[in-house]
Amino acid sequence: MAEPVLRMKGVSKVYRVGDVEVVALHEVSLDLHAGEFIVLLGPSGSGKSTLLNLLGGLDVPTSGEVDYLDHSLSAGGDPELTRFRREHVGFVFQFYNLIPSLTAEENVALVTDIARSPLSPREALALVGLTERAGHFPAQLSGGEQQRVAIARAVAKRPEVLLCDEPTGALDVVTGRLVLEVLERVNRELGTLTAVITHNASIAGMGDRVIRMSSGRIVDIATNAKRVAASELAW
Amino acid sequence: MRAPEPVARSLEAIPGIAALETRVAVRVNLDVPGLAEPARGLIVSMPREAAGGLNALHLVRGRLPVAGVGDEALASEAFAKANALEPGDAIRAVMNGRYQRLRIVGIGISPEYIYALGPGQLVPDNRRFGILWMDRKALAAAYDLDGAFNDVAVRLAPGASMATVLGEMDRVLAPYGGAGAYDREDQLSHRFLSDEIAQNRTMARITPSIFLAVGAFLLYTVLTRLVQMQRSQVGLLKAFGYSGARIALHYLQLALVIALVGAVLGVGTGLPFAGHMLELYAEYYFFPMRDHGAILAVGAIGVGLAVVSAGLGAVPAALRAARLPPAESMRPEPPPRFHSGIVERWGLRRALSPAMRMLVRNLARRPLRFAASVTGIAVAVALLVMMTAMMDGIRHLMQWQFTVVQREDIQALLVEPRGNPAFHAFQALGGVVQAEPFRLVAVKLRAGHRTKRGVLYGLEPDGQMRRVVDGDGKPWTLPPEGLVLTAIFADALGVRAGDLLEVEAMEGARPRKSVPIAGIVDEPIGYAAYVSRAYANRLLGEGDVLTGAYLRIDDNAREPLMARLKTLPQVAGANLREAARLQFDAMIERSVGIMIAVNLLFAWIIAFGLVYNGARIALSERGYELATLRVLGFTQREAASLLLGEQGVITAVGLPFGMALGIGFTLYFVWMLSTQMWRMPYVMTGANLVGAMGAVAAAAAASGAAVAWRLRHMDLVEALKARE
Ligand SMILES: Nc1ncnc2c1ncn2[C@@H]1O[C@H](COP(=O)(O)OP(=O)(O)OP(=O)(O)O)[C@@H](O)[C@H]1O
Ligand SMILES: [Mg+2]
Repeated sequence: MAEPVLRMKGVSKVYRVGDVEVVALHEVSLDLHAGEFIVLLGPSGSGKSTLLNLLGGLDVPTSGEVDYLDHSLSAGGDPELTRFRREHVGFVFQFYNLIPSLTAEENVALVTDIARSPLSPREALALVGLTERAGHFPAQLSGGEQQRVAIARAVAKRPEVLLCDEPTGALDVVTGRLVLEVLERVNRELGTLTAVITHNASIAGMGDRVIRMSSGRIVDIATNAKRVAASELAW
Repeated sequence: MRAPEPVARSLEAIPGIAALETRVAVRVNLDVPGLAEPARGLIVSMPREAAGGLNALHLVRGRLPVAGVGDEALASEAFAKANALEPGDAIRAVMNGRYQRLRIVGIGISPEYIYALGPGQLVPDNRRFGILWMDRKALAAAYDLDGAFNDVAVRLAPGASMATVLGEMDRVLAPYGGAGAYDREDQLSHRFLSDEIAQNRTMARITPSIFLAVGAFLLYTVLTRLVQMQRSQVGLLKAFGYSGARIALHYLQLALVIALVGAVLGVGTGLPFAGHMLELYAEYYFFPMRDHGAILAVGAIGVGLAVVSAGLGAVPAALRAARLPPAESMRPEPPPRFHSGIVERWGLRRALSPAMRMLVRNLARRPLRFAASVTGIAVAVALLVMMTAMMDGIRHLMQWQFTVVQREDIQALLVEPRGNPAFHAFQALGGVVQAEPFRLVAVKLRAGHRTKRGVLYGLEPDGQMRRVVDGDGKPWTLPPEGLVLTAIFADALGVRAGDLLEVEAMEGARPRKSVPIAGIVDEPIGYAAYVSRAYANRLLGEGDVLTGAYLRIDDNAREPLMARLKTLPQVAGANLREAARLQFDAMIERSVGIMIAVNLLFAWIIAFGLVYNGARIALSERGYELATLRVLGFTQREAASLLLGEQGVITAVGLPFGMALGIGFTLYFVWMLSTQMWRMPYVMTGANLVGAMGAVAAAAAASGAAVAWRLRHMDLVEALKARE
């Protein structure tokens, strides 16, 4: 098997609030490979977001190691993490996080302007099926459309890794499915390693692997023999 | 003038005169212990009632001279202090040609001589000129004025016409040599103090108003932001049944607390400041001001103003909270609407990066806030520009007066006009390198119905020591005929070059002559008219005389020369240019220096406060957005430049505006502060403009750095979670 793109070894994350220590992650080890589609499941507070944030270089672990290829993400400082995010990672969040003062196209251009060999903003919007809405501001778009713009923005830099924290959490079933189809397409066409956090167990079928978490630990990693297409998911 | 006492009855009979006090007032030479050069003095007879009457005296120390005792004198506090005279000390006065020993029995002040200028002086030199009060009988006896008076002060009845009374007084006193009655408005000390107080009043209104307006604006932006952040709480409270008024009251109370804390801090630091300022004033002018109760009233007014201006800022924000509909406010705020407005219309779309477009649209979305912030920055710059310009102006004035116009070392005055031998005597004095004679005479100039008192300078046409220099630095050669008037004087009289003026000398035979105006000279100081000395002598019909000489001396021979001057009976006094300059310096230092320091601080606080507040609110409003940018891989520097870019644009736009506004302020103040006695010059240097903009830019940068520091320490994950 090829070298993993992202690797966690004995990673713990402990938050200290006053005298109380909250263990968000407890000695988690995990390898993620190029082109994989990962689904992360688990009850609220189980540590999914924490895990994703560590993988994406938004935060550093309390102990243990996170590596991207041969770079350590746990040892680097802010400049290294920023560079990692800038060059290799795309993020999609539950609430889209679009810049309200920029149009759809400009939100994408924000990223393509600083990336090394990006898609053009138009190409990225075409990938999510929103060419027509390029000149619209976020406030003029529906939630699903906004989330697709966010995905276009995340993938426009052709990242090696796409990390999505509850991308369908604020959407209805039909819209959610549309968004998942887009993620599936990006994963397929660009070969981007994609990890998606969800509370919806029925999405699990989409993934190559399904990781279940509980109380800061990975309790199960299941490999799907066959991925179900997003359009065929039963919600 | 010499009027027999019964003439006072005729004056009292003039309708409109409510009270009257006749006096004897004489100018004398003083020999002050410890002072090398001779000093000049004005001895005034004690008022009939020392307290309560016209121009009542205020006894500071010691006692009043006892009636009937001829050698006791009360000295003005300024003079006593400058010469370290105390009750019990003695000085000598040359009274009517005879030396007379005077015992100082007390120190006092009079409203009439708070600002006292000696002859030939531009600024008070309290060492070399002083006021003394003596028993009238002894004074009158020395000057052959028994049963007579040579000076009278009058109080008008309410509603009386000043012009009519002055005219009547002149008519009554003319036969006795009356030099002309004048309005209190034209009385030197009153005039000067009125101007000074008026200037302070202007200053005290303008700067604090600006400051309070900026404070109100800052409070408005902060509270509006707070209401925005607490909108869901407000919605919840309303759902629970809280009224809009209750909620508005909550925000107003918050503003009140802020205002009161600020006011207490401000009054706490301001009162000692004010007290210090007041003491400086009291010390400089020898005001009998020992009452600090007034300061407490000022403190109370300050608190009141702070509360009112805070209210002005807080009310709109509180109303906004009161008007929030409960249902709507519990949902997050609708996303702000943006338009691809100006940027696109200008066709700049291609030229601007998305980041730049964010910046422009965020500014364009709140045009009023943008305009207010720009104005604030501009005002800060303008305050600095104006203050520096004032300082530069005063320095320029001093430089002008003391190096360009006056170039003598000593101005030696004669007791009365003398012929050329007196001049040769000056030339022959040991240590005198060069001498130039002059003929000074107090005059009244009349043009149509306007009359002004001033000084006629009879100078050598091409004199090198006291020159008549135009605004552009070109010295005049005084014409053989006609006079040259200062622009201030010409304005006051409403005359132009070529007009005729009636000149009335205020001494000797009081000749009146009609004289053509040969030119107007743009001098900043005073009511002066210049003629050639020969022409002055012709006008006055006294032959070739002088009233003094400008001397340039050998510095090493200074002391003996001074001592020698002091012993010459015909020498009335000597003004030292250097001493006058030092006096001027001290005066500026005290009154203007503090004002400038305070305004500098104001400008800094305004600039820092505006930029810090603006950036801090932007960080609060758009922290989420900035966190997003950081997640997308923007560096700290890039994110900070986006956040601070807006403040940068505000500052960059505000600076040149401030420059223009500062020039406007300066012109206004030059006009405002130009009194009847001198004209504030307009001096605007590149260093001033650049310095003011630099100082404000530095304040802006400092506050920007403070906010950038906060941004650097932002926890990304938490900022992303903290979605409003
Ligand atoms: N900044 C923080 N300070 C303290 N505790 C934190 C912090 N962030 C997360 N936690 C705690 O860490 C644990 C894991 O949080 P995390 O956000 O990873 O959960 P999650 O699985 O993403 O939950 P959800 O599905 O609700 O988003 C939780 O118990 C949470 O309370
Ligand atoms: Mg989560």
